[in-house]
Amino acid sequence: MQSFDLSKDGLRALNSTLHSLRGETNMTEWEVINPKGSHSIAVGVDALIDVTVRGSTGYYCAGMNKQATIRVKGSAGPGVAENMMSGTVIVDGDASQYAGATGRGGLLVIKGNASSRCGISMKGIEIVVHGNIGHMSAFMAQSGTMIVLGDAGDALGDSLYEARLFVRGSVKSLGADCIEKEMRPEHLELLANLLERGEASHLAKPSEFKRYGSARTLYTFNVDNASAY
Amino acid sequence: MTDFPHTPPKMSWTFSNEVNAEIRRAAATGIYDIRGGGSKRQLPHFDDLLFLGASISRYPLEGYREKCGTDVWLGTRFAKNPIHLEIPITIAGMSFGALSGPAKEALGRGASEAGTSTTTGDGGMTEEERGHSKTLVYQYLPSRYGMNPDDLRRADAIEVVVGQGAKPGGGGMLLGQKISDRVAMMRNLPKGIDQRSACRHPDWTGPDDLEIKIAELREITNWEKPIYVKIGGSRPYYDTALSVKAGADVVVLDGMQGGTAATQNVFIENVGMPILACIPQAVKALQDLGMHRKVQLIVSGGIRTGADVAKAMALGADAVAIGTAALIALGDNDPIHEEEYRKLGTTAGAYDDWHEGKDPAGITTQDPLLSSRFDPIMGGRRLKNYLKVLTLEAQTIARACGKNHLHHLEPEDLCALTVEAAAMAGVPIAGTSWVPGRY
Repeated sequence: MQSFDLSKDGLRALNSTLHSLRGETNMTEWEVINPKGSHSIAVGVDALIDVTVRGSTGYYCAGMNKQATIRVKGSAGPGVAENMMSGTVIVDGDASQYAGATGRGGLLVIKGNASSRCGISMKGIEIVVHGNIGHMSAFMAQSGTMIVLGDAGDALGDSLYEARLFVRGSVKSLGADCIEKEMRPEHLELLANLLERGEASHLAKPSEFKRYGSARTLYTFNVDNASAY
Repeated sequence: MTDFPHTPPKMSWTFSNEVNAEIRRAAATGIYDIRGGGSKRQLPHFDDLLFLGASISRYPLEGYREKCGTDVWLGTRFAKNPIHLEIPITIAGMSFGALSGPAKEALGRGASEAGTSTTTGDGGMTEEERGHSKTLVYQYLPSRYGMNPDDLRRADAIEVVVGQGAKPGGGGMLLGQKISDRVAMMRNLPKGIDQRSACRHPDWTGPDDLEIKIAELREITNWEKPIYVKIGGSRPYYDTALSVKAGADVVVLDGMQGGTAATQNVFIENVGMPILACIPQAVKALQDLGMHRKVQLIVSGGIRTGADVAKAMALGADAVAIGTAALIALGDNDPIHEEEYRKLGTTAGAYDDWHEGKDPAGITTQDPLLSSRFDPIMGGRRLKNYLKVLTLEAQTIARACGKNHLHHLEPEDLCALTVEAAAMAGVPIAGTSWVPGRY
C-alpha cells in the first residue's frame, strides 16, 4: 500500500499523484494519513484504485470521482462525492450538506447520517445512507436512486424529476410534486441489490421501505400550480 | 344644437396601449410573458459617451501606418496556462439547447478565425463547439447539466456562473418545445418537459464556499485552467471584490442588456443594472484591491460596435463579450425572414420568442428542419467579419486618442452627453469638468 502523509506532502502533490494514475497500474492501494479536515482530497481521480482516507475530510472529498473506490474512515465535509461519475465512495461517519450533489453515476455509501440537501440535483448516482438525511434532500433530483435507512427531514424530493427515493423511517414532509408511490416487485429487487452493495443488507429489509417519486404535475408550467413553485 | 369644442381623447402615460395589451394578455392566458434577449428599455448606455480624441496635448497615431495592439491575456493570476486572445472581444456563454448545434459550430468557427474564444452554456459541451473552437470556455452552472471532469480538462478555461445580466438572481429556463432527444439526453431530463434550472449552486453558498469550490476545480484540472467568475450587474463593487477574494482569475460582468435564451419579461426589464453603471464599480473594486489588470475584467451587455468596445475598455475593462450581437451577425432577426416573422405575429428586429423553437433563421431552435436552414460555415464567416469590423472600429478610435493598444484607452479619453451617463461612468459632462456625484 502506498501511504501519503497529507500534512507533510500537501494536497497538490496528493491529487497530482493520483491524477497521474491512468488505466492499468500496479499501485492500486493508497492511504492518506493526517487529512485533518482538508478540502478537495482525492478529487478528479480517474483510475481503478482504492484510496483510504484515515480521518475526517473537509469539502468536496472525492469530487467528480471516476472509477476509484474512496473510503473515508471518519466523517466527510460538505459536497462529498459531488458530481461523481462512477466508482464508489464510502463514508464511515456522517456526511455534511450536499452529499453526492449532481452525481451522475457510481455509488455513495454514508454509514452515519447525512445533512441537508443530500443528493441535490442527482443525475444518476446511487446513494445509500444508513442513518438519517436532512431537509431538502433530493431537491430537483433528476435520476438515480437514494436509499435512506433512517428518517428524512423536511421537503424531501422537492421539484424532483425521475430519481427514485426509498425511505425506511419517517419523512417529516414531502417537497413540491413529491409523492409516495406503490412498491412493486422490481423495486424490492432493486432495494435488495443496492442494500447489499451499500453494506446495509444486515441492517434492513427491502419490504421495510416506502417509495417516493415525482407526481410529474410540475413538468409543464400551469398557472394553477403557482403556489407550488 | 351647438357644436362645442371637445376635449380630445387623452391616452394615459401610465396605462399606455402597450401596458394595457400586456394586462389583457395576462388576463387571457394566466401566465407571465416569457421571452429571450435582454432589456429593451432605453437605458443610459455607451451611446451617451463620446471620445475626446487627440489635441495639442495628446497626439494621434496614423490610422493605417502605426500599430494599435488588440491582444489580451486572460487568467494570468493563478492559472498555469493563461489564455492569449488576438482580440479583446469574446463570445458569451450560450447553451446548446437554446441554440442549435450548427449555430454553436458557427460561433466556434467565427471566433476561432477572428482569434478569440467562445463559451459553452447551460447544456454541457458539444462536439460542434469543442471541435470548432480554438479556445473554449466551459461554464460551470448551478444546473451542472452535462458536467464532467473530462470536459473540464479539455476546456481552455472554466467560467463559474453566479449570475447573468438579464436575470441576476434567476435560474435557467428551457421550455418543452426545445427539449429534443439530444438536449434531454445531455441534460438528463425527460424529453419535452419545461426545464427550470436552479438559481443557486447546489454545493456551495457564499464567498467562503466559492473559494473552496474554485480550489477544487483547480485541483481537478491541475491548476492549469483560468477560472472566471461570471456575475450579473446587481452589486458589481462587492461581487467583484468577493470574486477576487474567492480566487477568480477573471471576472465576467454582465449588464441588464445582456441576453438570455428565455425568462420572464418582468425579470429582464426590472432586475439588474445597465452595463454602463456596472463597469466603473467593478473597476473601482479591482483598483481598491490592487488587482486591476491582474484579475482581468470582461464586460458584456449591449456591446454592438467598435465604439462600444473602446468605451468599455476605456472605462477599465480588459475585454468584452458579445452574445446578442453575435446572433444577429449569424442571421438572427434578419429582415429576409420577414414573411415568416409576420406569421409568428412579430417582425424582424423584434423577434424574441426564442423559447418556442420556431426561429425562421434556424439559430435558436432544435427543430431539425429549421436548423438545417442555417449554414454554419457561412455563419462563421459572417461572425468573423463582424468581429474584425468591431476590432477595426475600436482601433480607429484608439489611434485617434493616441493609443497604440486598446488597453491604453482610459476614462480621461471620455466625456458624457447626459447627467445620468456622467454619474454612472464617472466621466465629466461634455464641455465641463463636472462629474455628478464627485466632489
